[in-house]
Amino acid sequence: MRFLLQRVAFYLFTAWAAITLNFFIPRLVPGDPVQSLISRNQGRISADAVQSLRVLFGLDKNENVWEQYLDYWRQLFHGDLGLSFTFFPTPVSTVIGDSLPWTVGLVGITTIVSFLLGTALGVGAGWRRGSWIDGLLPATTFLSSIPYFWLGLVAIALFAGPGSFFPSSGGYEPGLVPAFDQYFIPSAIQHSILPAATILVSSMSGWILSMRNMMVTVSSEDYITVAHAKGLSERRVALSYAARNALLPNVSGFALSLGFIVGGTLLVEIVFSYPGLGYQLFQAVGAKDYPLMQGIFLIITISVLVANLLADVAYLLLDPRTRKS
Amino acid sequence: MSDPVLEIRGLRVDYGHGDAAVHAVRDVDLTLHRGEVLGLAGESGSGKSTLAYGLTRLLPPPGVVAGGQVIYHPVDGPPVDVLALSPAQLRAFRWAETSIVFQGAMNSLNPVHRVSTQLLDVIKAHEPKSTAAARRARARDLLRLVGIAADRLDSYPHQLSGGMRQRVMIAMALALEPQVVIMDEPTTALDVVMQRQILGQLAELRERLGFAVLFITHDLSLLVEFSDRIAIMYGGRIVEEAPAAQLYRRALHPYTDGLLHSFPALRGPRRELTGIPGSPPDLRAMPDGCAFHPRCPKAFGPCDKELPPLGPPGDEDPGRTVACWLHPAAAPLPR
Repeated sequence: MRFLLQRVAFYLFTAWAAITLNFFIPRLVPGDPVQSLISRNQGRISADAVQSLRVLFGLDKNENVWEQYLDYWRQLFHGDLGLSFTFFPTPVSTVIGDSLPWTVGLVGITTIVSFLLGTALGVGAGWRRGSWIDGLLPATTFLSSIPYFWLGLVAIALFAGPGSFFPSSGGYEPGLVPAFDQYFIPSAIQHSILPAATILVSSMSGWILSMRNMMVTVSSEDYITVAHAKGLSERRVALSYAARNALLPNVSGFALSLGFIVGGTLLVEIVFSYPGLGYQLFQAVGAKDYPLMQGIFLIITISVLVANLLADVAYLLLDPRTRKS
Repeated sequence: MSDPVLEIRGLRVDYGHGDAAVHAVRDVDLTLHRGEVLGLAGESGSGKSTLAYGLTRLLPPPGVVAGGQVIYHPVDGPPVDVLALSPAQLRAFRWAETSIVFQGAMNSLNPVHRVSTQLLDVIKAHEPKSTAAARRARARDLLRLVGIAADRLDSYPHQLSGGMRQRVMIAMALALEPQVVIMDEPTTALDVVMQRQILGQLAELRERLGFAVLFITHDLSLLVEFSDRIAIMYGGRIVEEAPAAQLYRRALHPYTDGLLHSFPALRGPRRELTGIPGSPPDLRAMPDGCAFHPRCPKAFGPCDKELPPLGPPGDEDPGRTVACWLHPAAAPLPR
C-alpha cells in the first residue's frame, strides 16, 4: 500500500511537470494564436475583436506569466482547455471529446485483442516448440517490423476501392448521424475493419514473439521440471506454472502500449482519415491550432501516466515479489 | 537384504541422436532396496544427475533414454517398467511412487504461487476426491513434519530462506508418501550447518516413514555418513558399489580411492590429501578400455584395451562389486 502511494505521488509530480511544460512550450513559440487567427482571416478583424480574442486566449497583456499559469490551472480543473482555431469557436474539450471515443474504440479494442491473441499464440508456440506455430514465426517477425501506416497503405491499395466492401476513409458513412442505432453501428464497424486489421496484424506479432521467447526461457526453470515431476497435468504446468511466470514482462509492456493508444497510431488514423485523436492532432498541427495541440498533448500525457500506474498495479497483483510486506 | 523397490537394468541415456549422440549414461545397473539410502557419487559430468532424470523420464531435450529398463516394484501389485508407461500412467506414477528433491533449492518453487498452492495442487492432482479441508490439513502436517510452522503455508517462496525452501521441497516430496525419494544434490546450495540439519531431519523421517532414498551428490564425505550403500559413477558407468562402511574402509577402485583422499577425515589418523590428477573424461571421446585409465596411478596392461566388467571382486566381501582390472571379477554379474 505504501509502495502504491509512493507511485501515485510520483505520477502526480510527473503530471504536474508535464502540464507545466505543456503550458510554457507554446508560449516559447514565436508568434501567438491571435496573430495566426488574424492571418487566417486575412486581417479582416477589428481591433476590438483582436483584443477580445486575446482575452479569450488568455493572452491579454495585463497578466504576467505567473497569473496566466495560475489561470491555466484554474481552467484545467474546470475542464476548460480553451477554444480551437480550426473549429472556432468550439471549445477544445468538445473537439477532443468528439474524437476520443473513435480512437479509444478502434485502437483500444485492437490493442487489447492483439495482446490477448498474441499472448495466447505465444504461449502455444513456446510450450510446443517445433510444432506448426513455429513455422509462422518468421512471418510474424516480418510483420512486426513493418510500420503500421505502410501496411495500411497496402491494405487500402489491395482491398479498398470503388465498389469494395471496405471503405478507404472515414469512421462512418457520410450522411449518417452518430448514434447507437442499427444504421450507424454497422457502418462504424465496417469502416473500422481495415484499420483495425492493420493494427492487429502488425502489433500482434510482437506479442507472439516476446511471449514465445519468455515461455522458452521459463520452460527451462527448475520449478517447471518440479511441476512435471509432480505429475501435474500438462495444462496446469503450461498455464499455472510456465505461462503465469512468462506473462510478467509482457504485462508491463501491455500497460505501456495502453498509454500509446491515444497518440501512438496517429499515422494509421491519417492513412485511413479516421476521425480519431491522431487525425485531429495532424489537422491541428497543419492549422497551427495551438490550443487543440496543447489539449491533445495533455490527454496523451495523462493517458501514458495512467497506463504506467496501471502497469505498476498489475505487476503488484501478479508478482508477489514486488509486494513489500 | 530386503527386496528391491527400484531396479535399473542396462540404462543408457544419450544426448542427441545418431553418430553425434553423447552417451552420458552407459549400461548402468543399480538396485535400490526398500527403505535403504543408496548414495550415488561422482564428479561433475559423470552422469549421476542424468541417470536420475533418465529413470524418471524428466530428461530435457535433447536427452533421450536409448535403452534399458527401470523396474518399479509397488508395495502390492506386479512390477512395472517406468520407461514403458503411457503419459497418463506416468503422471499418476510420478510423485505418488517416486518423488524428487532437486538441487536448485532456490528455484524449485514457483515464485508467483503461495507455498500452500504448490503443496495442495500435487495432492489434488493425485487424489482428486479428497476434500479441500483434508488437503489443507495434510499440508499443515507436512510442514510440521519438516519443522516449519504451519502458518508459513501462506508465504510466498521469496519470503522463505534457502533452508526453509528446501525443507518445503522435502515436505512436498513426502506429500503422497512415495516409496522412493530421489535427492539430486539436495543440500548443495545450502551452508554446512543447514546441510547437517536437513540431513538429520531426513534420516529421522526415513526411519519413521520407511521410504527408500537415492541420494545423488559429489560430496562423498556426506554419503559415507548418511547412506547404507554407495555407488560410484565415472564416465557414465558405475565403477564401484559397496556398503558405505566397507567402501570407506577399503576402496577397491583407484577412482574411489582418489575421491576418498580428496577430503579430510574428521576423526582417526591423519591421511594425506591427494586428489585425482587430470580432469573428467570428454564424453564425446571416451578412451578405450577403462575410462579412468588415463588418470589412474595404478594403470597396467589390460586397462587401456579392455573395459573391466562390473562384478564382485572375487576374494572377499560378497556384498560389493567393482569394475577394475586390479580386482578381476570372479564371475561377471548375470544380467
